[in-house]
Amino acid sequence: MLDISVAYNRYKFLGDEFLTWLWFSMEKDRDRLTTPDKEPFSIEIGNRIVLENRISEAVESITIKGDDAGLEEGFLSLKKGAVVTELNLIYKVGNQEWKFNIKGESLCFSGLKHPDTGVVESGDQVDGLVIEKLFLFEKVADIVDGLFKIFIDLRLTDKWRTDVIPAIDRWIQSGLKN
Amino acid sequence: MGLLSPSVSITRYRVEGKLEDPVIETVTRGLKKYTLREIDKDEAEKTSGWTSFNNPFKPDFDGSSFLIGNYFVFSLRIDKKSIPSKIIQKYYALETSKKLAESNREFLSRNEKKLIKEHVINVLSLRIPATPNIYDLVWNYEKNYLWFFSNLKTANEEIETLFSKSFKLTLIRLFPYTMADLTCSLSDADRDVLSKISPSEFTR
Repeated sequence: MLDISVAYNRYKFLGDEFLTWLWFSMEKDRDRLTTPDKEPFSIEIGNRIVLENRISEAVESITIKGDDAGLEEGFLSLKKGAVVTELNLIYKVGNQEWKFNIKGESLCFSGLKHPDTGVVESGDQVDGLVIEKLFLFEKVADIVDGLFKIFIDLRLTDKWRTDVIPAIDRWIQSGLKN
Repeated sequence: MGLLSPSVSITRYRVEGKLEDPVIETVTRGLKKYTLREIDKDEAEKTSGWTSFNNPFKPDFDGSSFLIGNYFVFSLRIDKKSIPSKIIQKYYALETSKKLAESNREFLSRNEKKLIKEHVINVLSLRIPATPNIYDLVWNYEKNYLWFFSNLKTANEEIETLFSKSFKLTLIRLFPYTMADLTCSLSDADRDVLSKISPSEFTR
């Protein structure tokens, strides 16, 4: 394997492409977003998208914030060659809901909020709470890992170039017209 | 923000390597060897080490107290003394005046000024307590992964170094490339493609 710091910088784009593809898939190719256990779930964009255009020499960054923010600026930015570098996502299974931010370059989680847990009334209940919280964190890690695997499986085939990129291009163009 | 906070940050790692049996005793030994050492009563400006998740200001790793279910749960603590620059300036000016008066001179050499500044910082470091920062972690030994509850660069670098020294194991941070390589069940042919890919352009 490559040196870790070299790999981190050289393949930053892979995470940004993943988030860009994820936004596209949530809107236009939802059937592809499945989990190995086929458990029904929903995933959607929350209240924040960050895009960056690193193709031109100067880095142009656009942040779209707000619960009902319009995404026109995002499509315009994509049209100019930007990619998504950070997303706020809402993941739901049944009546349980998780919210979190994920960055493309690291795929680290921040601001991760999980469904309600049991209330701790004494010190000896803390271990139970830790296990419950870890179970809930694992659900988010599992869905992100599963979606990332779907993306990687596509990204490493010719289908990415022949089917996915043209479909994303069409989606961007249609987003600009709406 | 720690594991029990309502909103958390997580950096994920793969743990490479195996611990010497019996595993729990080996972990206990590593934790005890690198337990955080208090610096409130000495001149050190910064320290880091392991501490207990349940009691971060009184670390105790006896009796497998860091074991919760199948997880090892403990914390990294980084203590740092921050002396406001204006306080350093004040005592530096006082010490400089004193030295000039004692030596009956109008100027001090560059080296003398440097020594006075170091002396002032050392004296102030003894009087100012260190500010503790606590970062929880969860280590699933059986599944070779570790979650560190912070995305801060300095804290991540500190845990990578301390973990390696304490347990003689390597932490590999999971980011797009390492996730693809280590967690996506790639074939050799896939890895070859991965090593050669370059950024896509989504629009014509």
